[in-house]
Amino acid sequence: MKKYASRIYLCLIFAILYIPLVTVILFSFNATESTAEFSGFSLYWYSELFKSEEAWIALRNTLILAVSASLIATVIGTAAAEGIYKMRSKICKTAITSVTNIPMMNPDIVTGMSMMLFFAAVMSIFKIADYNKIGFVAMLISHTTFCLPYVILSVLPRINELGNSLSDAALDLGCTPLQAFFKVKLPNIMPGVVSGMVMAFTMSLDDFVISYFVGPTNFQTLPLLIYSMTKKTVKPDMYALSTIIIISVFVLLIISNMKSTKRLSANQKKKGAKTK
Amino acid sequence: MAKLIELKGITKSYDGEVILNSINLYIRDGEFITLLGPSGCGKTTTLRIIGGFETADEGELYFDGTEISDVPPHKRQVNTVFQKYALFPHLNVYENIAFPLRMKKISEEDIKKRVTEMLKMVALVGFENKSVSTLSGGQQQRVAIARALVSHPKVLLLDEPLGALDLKLRKDMQNELKTIQKAIGITFIYVTHDQEEALSMSDTIVVMADGEIQQIGTPTDIYNEPKNAFVADFIGESNIVDGIMLEDKKVRMSGHTFDCLDGGYDKNEPVDVVVRPEDVDVVKPENGMLTGIVSSVTFKGVHYEIIVDIKGFKWMIQSTDYVAPDEKIGLFIEPDAIHVMKKSKYSGKFGDYSSFSDELDTLSDADTAEEF
Amino acid sequence: MNKKRSFMNSIAAAPHIFWAVLFIILPLLIVLYYAFTDSDGHFSFSNIASLPSYASIFWLSLELSIIATAICLLLGYPLAYIIAKSKPKTQKILSMLLMLPMWTNLLIRTYSIMAILDNGGIINTLLGTSMQIVGTKGAVIFGMVYDFLPYMVLPIYTCISKIDKNMWEAASDLGCNTFSTLTKVIIPLSRSGIISGVTMVLVPSISTFYISQKLGGGTFELIGDTIERQFVTGALNVGAAISLVMMILILISLTVMNKFGDSDEGGIIV
Repeated sequence: MKKYASRIYLCLIFAILYIPLVTVILFSFNATESTAEFSGFSLYWYSELFKSEEAWIALRNTLILAVSASLIATVIGTAAAEGIYKMRSKICKTAITSVTNIPMMNPDIVTGMSMMLFFAAVMSIFKIADYNKIGFVAMLISHTTFCLPYVILSVLPRINELGNSLSDAALDLGCTPLQAFFKVKLPNIMPGVVSGMVMAFTMSLDDFVISYFVGPTNFQTLPLLIYSMTKKTVKPDMYALSTIIIISVFVLLIISNMKSTKRLSANQKKKGAKTK
Repeated sequence: MAKLIELKGITKSYDGEVILNSINLYIRDGEFITLLGPSGCGKTTTLRIIGGFETADEGELYFDGTEISDVPPHKRQVNTVFQKYALFPHLNVYENIAFPLRMKKISEEDIKKRVTEMLKMVALVGFENKSVSTLSGGQQQRVAIARALVSHPKVLLLDEPLGALDLKLRKDMQNELKTIQKAIGITFIYVTHDQEEALSMSDTIVVMADGEIQQIGTPTDIYNEPKNAFVADFIGESNIVDGIMLEDKKVRMSGHTFDCLDGGYDKNEPVDVVVRPEDVDVVKPENGMLTGIVSSVTFKGVHYEIIVDIKGFKWMIQSTDYVAPDEKIGLFIEPDAIHVMKKSKYSGKFGDYSSFSDELDTLSDADTAEEF
Repeated sequence: MNKKRSFMNSIAAAPHIFWAVLFIILPLLIVLYYAFTDSDGHFSFSNIASLPSYASIFWLSLELSIIATAICLLLGYPLAYIIAKSKPKTQKILSMLLMLPMWTNLLIRTYSIMAILDNGGIINTLLGTSMQIVGTKGAVIFGMVYDFLPYMVLPIYTCISKIDKNMWEAASDLGCNTFSTLTKVIIPLSRSGIISGVTMVLVPSISTFYISQKLGGGTFELIGDTIERQFVTGALNVGAAISLVMMILILISLTVMNKFGDSDEGGIIV
């Protein structure tokens, strides 16, 4: 009885979560322009979308931005995590981590506003008239900034967990501190670094609010494109774009999930062998 | 003493692997019983079945004459001290101990009285308002015991409760647990892989291996008259030698015929013979029943541990007299030091010290400690 | 020697510190500057003085986001509990099903609700009616719940599944039935998950402008819309003042909540 109640509850919630998404996917295949009445299957809106140069450029921009922002954030953030770990004074540690976390805690709209005002100030100080000139750099800096806390939060626990013994051993065996970090520590904290980078990448990919405030007119990302599409009367071409995004997220999730499942079952096997 | 708990044919398997194979056991009211065995022998599973956290695939579980397999844990008159204590971190010491009483909706006045009583018993008066996470391991242990006892259960289950404590504290807690058990007079069912702990605390020991009960008996019975090679080896050090029972009270091993006290075997039946290391006397070679070459000597404080090679079989002997390595010595064994056992599936697997080293021993200990 | 080494070690954090000062602290100081100057750059309290006229908008935002957060908690806790109690394989599948909408862009999710609730949307078309759903408070609250429910469920789920198996057993051993185990032990122990879930729903819903724009149908304004409007119309000083107040309020409430949580984890999931 209890079991059935909880099953029904699960189904209900997931139905509510998925019906809108499924609707979008369904109507992306609609033959007519209607987003309410399904009048036949067609790939017309997809071909429209693929013909749209705007969409391709937005995709390219989004990927360039997400890759470069997450890479920079990963390098700076990993180094920062190591530095924070080595710091002696607790006050310094807390101060730095709390400042780092501000973009994560703050509403995106405030971060976006502050970034926008910052670049406005930069423009007036350096007498730059055309925002488009620094637009990409501004986007890159903003994205890197809100990605940094995710990298640090993912790497720092790994470093704490690893402790000093390994790098001490490396130093003892003749490594310079730099070698000890790159040859011994980094390989061991790699899972944290990678997951931090993936987080940063997805955060950048997904961001709308901050890009909306900082984005120049000559550098449109996919979320910004979707926003501009929804400002006009919506045609199913926006649904087609959404469908492609939903499906990509789904595929990526399944891949990452399968990987972690594999790791899990491998671990279990190892454990099983040991108890026998 | 009446039977309080009875297990009849309890069988349990996980993923096709048999954990418990038809366990039959009864536990009397007021006794301190220990389930002893290596990791994976099924002792913890047995305890969890009694506690109600697992259900057996087959068999019956009686409590005071009633079948209780389907009774959920919170309705059993059995409480558990968990291995890692499982104290509730959101409650302080007082509230942790008061928890089961609050579940029973007992008046605040009585709760206070009973919690105070418990705190006195475990010597934690004054710790009422401390957070449990600030307590030391030993103190957490006491809170866990107090919490389990405060609702006056008929049986207390203890799952390796001292596993996380250091040696000194362990010894103290062993005494304390025994004292508490005597004072309140209820049944304790104790699970451990530490044979010394089992020997020093229990009224009854149940030795388990591979999901089966190997032997049930008092500590002295188990030590002096092990039923098979596994029990002999698991409880204390022992030399286990192949022998032949020539007739009642005559056993032949290592090329010598010994007098012994055992009987009731077939004529010329192959048997396992157990000789405890401390029961062997070192004598001059010409006076020995057996002779051998000393292969190593280790000083152990109270005695020397001597490994002697007798016709290729290594014996362990504990002696207060020093002998030199490579010396030829004789061994003398009294009839009452010899214990004869029937052959079992464990024969030939234990009791030879040819690959013996302390290091291996500690390694396997660490292994068992890791598992819960 | 020791001092020098410790300095050398933490030098790895230098680029980040530089970055944080330049791109986190400085922009916030500029917000502060804008909030206290007029459009000519002269020091002025006029922006701050104009804030009370936005109080009703602020209260409305607070009202809607608190209702949405409460609904998320009421719907999300049982969901998290059910997921955490199911078999490991089922857990994986269910949490993945939760992540998918979470990783799908907010705009798409919000727009997909439009597709259902709109005047010419599915519901009205199927029913043959022309109910005005979009533009009501209910629609905005629904949008917030729909968009942010996974943010409530995941931290709580993570927290519940981390609770030691022994805790459940100890509770039941000491006399709890399923329900009292939940109320006396599991809910108190998952407090840090609840707090980070509440934060993760409350902060984006109180500051949203997109949901209210789309599902509010332009009939009412939330505080996020106000800031966005100042941005679009170029009234940056007032926008900065509102942002500043919102930031301070949110940071204060986060600090207070974290005090209650007395746990250093939480806040971030995945």
